[in-house]
Formats: sequence, C-alpha cells, structure tokens
Amino acid sequence: MSEMSKAVSTENLNEYKGRSLAQETWRRLLKNKGAVVGMIFMVLLLILALSGDFLYDYDTEIIGMNMSEARLAPSAEHFFGTDQLGRDVFSRIVYGTRYSLIIGVGSVAVGLIVGLITGSLAGFYGGMWDQLVMRANDILYSIPNIMLAVVIVQVLGTSVLSLVIALSISSATSFAKITRAAVMTIRGQEYVESAYAMGLPTWKIILRHIIPNCLSPIIVQVTLAIGSNIIAASSLSFLGVGVPIPTPEWGTMLSDGRQFIRSEPWMCVFPGIAIMLTVLALNLMGDGLRDALDPKLKR
Amino acid sequence: MIRYVLKRLLFMIPTILLTSLIIYWAMDLAGGDVVGNMLPENATQEQRDALTEELGLNDPFVVRYARYMAGLVTGDMGVSYKTGKDVFKTFMERLPMTLALGGTALIVACIISIPLGIYTALNQNTWKDTTGMVFALFGVSMPNFWLGLMLMLIFAVKLNWLPSQGADGPKYLVLPALTVGLGLAALITRTTRSAMLDVIRQDYMTTAKAKGASHRRVIYYHGLKNAMIPIVTAIGMQFSLVMTGSALAEVVFSWPGIGRLVFESIDSRDIPMVTGSIILCCVLMSIINLIVDLIYAFLDPRIKAQYSNKG
Repeated sequence: MSEMSKAVSTENLNEYKGRSLAQETWRRLLKNKGAVVGMIFMVLLLILALSGDFLYDYDTEIIGMNMSEARLAPSAEHFFGTDQLGRDVFSRIVYGTRYSLIIGVGSVAVGLIVGLITGSLAGFYGGMWDQLVMRANDILYSIPNIMLAVVIVQVLGTSVLSLVIALSISSATSFAKITRAAVMTIRGQEYVESAYAMGLPTWKIILRHIIPNCLSPIIVQVTLAIGSNIIAASSLSFLGVGVPIPTPEWGTMLSDGRQFIRSEPWMCVFPGIAIMLTVLALNLMGDGLRDALDPKLKR
Repeated sequence: MIRYVLKRLLFMIPTILLTSLIIYWAMDLAGGDVVGNMLPENATQEQRDALTEELGLNDPFVVRYARYMAGLVTGDMGVSYKTGKDVFKTFMERLPMTLALGGTALIVACIISIPLGIYTALNQNTWKDTTGMVFALFGVSMPNFWLGLMLMLIFAVKLNWLPSQGADGPKYLVLPALTVGLGLAALITRTTRSAMLDVIRQDYMTTAKAKGASHRRVIYYHGLKNAMIPIVTAIGMQFSLVMTGSALAEVVFSWPGIGRLVFESIDSRDIPMVTGSIILCCVLMSIINLIVDLIYAFLDPRIKAQYSNKG
C-alpha cells in the first residue's frame, strides 16, 4: 500500500515537473499567432545572417563595384534593383542582416548586464546606492539619447563596436529601472528572508533567488529593446555616424541611398523594409512573450 | 507641493553640471580640427596658431572646462566657434522651429491615437481591433526617419503636393509633423487601447451603466477620465522621443531646428555650441518632465496627496 501511494505521488510530481514555468510559457506562446510568425521570421533571419558568407563573396558581390549595372530598377535578375555602384541591393540586404542583429543583440546584452547589476544593487540595498543609481539614471534620461549617442560615437570612432557601446547606455538605464522595481517587490518576500536566515551571502541571494524571480519583465524588455536598438542604430547610420561605408549595414545603405530618392527610390525603400520587418518580428515576439509570461494581462 | 517643485528644480543643478562635464569632455576627446573648420582652407600656420591661442585651446582640459563653467554660472554660454554668435541666442532662435514641429506632431499624434485607441478597445478582438493594432504595430516597428523619407517620396516626389525641404510657411511643416506624429500615434494608440481595456472592466463602469448613464457618457466621462493617467504617462514618456524624432525629421526635411543645429555643430566640432545646446535640451526636458508630473497630480488626486505628504 505504502509502495503504491509513493508511486502515485512520484507520478504526480512528474506531472508537475512536466510543466515547468518555462514549458507553460512556451505552450502559451505557441498559441499566439503573431508571436509564432515573429519567431519563424527571426529564425529565418538568423539562418540568413549565418549563411551570408556561403551565399556571397564579400569582395566581389557585396562591396565590389560594377558600373555597367549601376542604378538598375528592380527586375527578375535584381529583385531589389542595384545601387549607384552597380551592387545588387538584395544581396547587400541579405548580407547586412548580421550587422543589425549583432548591433541589436550586442547593445542589449551590454545594457542588460550593466542594468541588472546597478538595478539590483539599487533595489536590494536602497539608501545611498538607490539614490546614486537612480539619480545617474535621471540625468542620462534627460540628455536626448540620440545626441548622446552621436557624441559617444564621435569619441570612439565609427564602427560596429562603438554603436554597440553608444546604444547600450540607453538600454542600461531602462533595464536598471525595471530590475530595481522588480527587486524591490521581491526583496520583502518570505523566501528571501528564509534564504537570509539560512546564511546565504547576499550576492548569492540576488543571483539565485531575486533575479530569476524578476525575469519576466526583463525578458519582454530584452525582446523589445533589441528592436528599438536596431532602429536607433539605423538612425545613427543615417546621421552618418553609424557603420562606415561600404559595409552593407541597413542604416548605412539607407543613408547612402537617400540622395537618389528622387530617381532611384528602391535604394532606400528596401533597406527600410528590412529594418521594419525585423523590428516587427521582434515586437510580435515581445508582445507574445508578455502575454505568455503574465496571463493576467492577456486580452 | 511647492516644496516638491523646488526640489525638482534644484535637482537640475547636478544634472546640468554632469551633462556639461560629460559632453564637454567627450567633445574634447573626439578631437578633430577645430581651428581648421573655422579658418579658410589656405590659412597659414601663424593664423592657425593665433586662433588656437585666442580660443584658449592650448590650455589643459581642466582649465578650459573651468573657464567654461565660470561663464555658465553667470549665464554666459559662450560664443559659437563657427559663427561667432552667442550660443544661448542661437539656440533660442532655433527653439521655436523645434517646438512648432514637436508640438504639431504631438497634436497630430493625439488626434489620431486617442480615438483609435478607444475604438479598438471597444471593438476588442474584432477585425476592427486587429486592423488598428496592425497599423500601430507597423508604426512602432519602422524607423521614423525612414517613414519621413517614404512620405517625402510619395507626397513630394511622386505626387508633388507638398514641399520636401526647408521651412518657408505652414506647408513645409506638414510632412515633418506627420512623420513625427505618426510614429508617436502608433505608440500612444497601443497605450490608450490597453488603458481603456483596463478601465472598461472596472466596477464603476458597470455602476455608471446601471444608473442609466448613456453609453457616450460612460465611455468618455467615467472611462476616458480614468484611462487618462496611463495615457498621459505614455505621452509624457514620449517627450524624449519627440525630441529624437524631431531631430531626425529636421535632418530629413532640412528643418532649421535644434536637432540639426546640434548634429551640425558636432560635425564641425563647435564645442561651445554642442555643450550649450545639449545642456539647454536637458533643461527643457527636465522642465517638460516636471510639468508632466504636475499634470498627473492634477488628474489623480491620489498622486497629489502623495506629493504633499512627502513634501
């Protein structure tokens, strides 16, 4: 008898284990059509970004000039037309996928790390730490982001890395705010107190008990921030402080094509569509994740 | 309440100090040929040296920054390296152009987004809702300056209805304001919709309906008034976006506002102009943020009570 009840209880336990929070979220996410479309698109983009080198030869097809084919309108041979130097816009967009993804993901990753550390310190310790972090945030918040970013890129020189650093600053402030708010609500929970009572060191409590419990809003923000940083990066490129030419970065292509908008509009129409679809996919994923992680908000 | 406002105004001092230090220092690090940008191409080395000395560029950074700050505390933001004009005056001359652009854009955004947000919320989960939300989602997903280029392509290049460059009358304001406004509208529509959805489910809405208030009154008086707080928050948070959006639209449409002034000054390494303009932008943003916070207090008596308690 006792054998059997034990078996039943383990079975129950397995059933519970079988639906962890992550799996439950995943299941809900798959029910959201928009999120699925967004995810499929992002997977395709990732494949494109990884296969660019196999599809094209950088020196001849991506940056090589071919003046005899300059400024051709979109056709069966050149889906998106060619630019003023005879380079195929479609190939350049496909190849350029990697830059937008690297800049978007990289800047959010840096911003996330800085934001998580400063935000959780501010939320956990309060007092002086909190004042310091939040006031620094307030100050950064009142400087128009784009102007600060342009100044930073001017200092560091135009490159992918400078863009990542310049954009990570505004991400860091928003992650710090979100983390701080989440940590402050969780700090008072009983399981944190019991972790203290068990004598765990503070950094372990923050890392093991607090951060995992405030992940939901952060995951959502990560998805949305990648999208907004891709847009911000293209804005910087447009202002001439992005990735330098001839790199086929989408924002750089857009700003390069701008002078031909009257005669060859395809040169700035298509890179813009590429940016829009990528950010759209990320926004669909972000919205889906928000609903999946917090079913109370589901409408 | 007054103490709260004073506290916020006082906090602008460290903001200005730190901003000026960051920007002044960064512009110094950025290097570039300050003197070369000011003199004609064929200037001699003596002329260059004389100008460098005159601007005090030979002094160490700390001395230059201290001199700048000494001017700043007396209200003197220096003169532009490039034009020789007073920085504060130049900024103030350009400011109305940016305010006109940002303000019109905000009005455009509210006119589109608030009714659309309410409409989609009331028609939740129907095709009307979906269409509205798809529009908003596309709006938040595209780079705003690209939207500007596309509007320019359609309305200025193809249809030739509107001018694409410059600022020579109200006609020139249409495209830039639409560009910034549509981007904002997309964001505010999403917020309005979710705020309305929150409010619609509240008990006081049912009560209002039960006591016989008309549908219109229930939605606009009981509903919208309560939904306004998150909407105003969203609009308030977008002011930095209005700034950014306007700055980029100014570049796209050659609109002579602050954004273009700053970007051009950064390009020509006009340090006093850049530092001064960004400080003034900060002050402007801080004042706008303060006003937004005061509007909350007006909209929500609970927040007002909070301010008075804490001082």
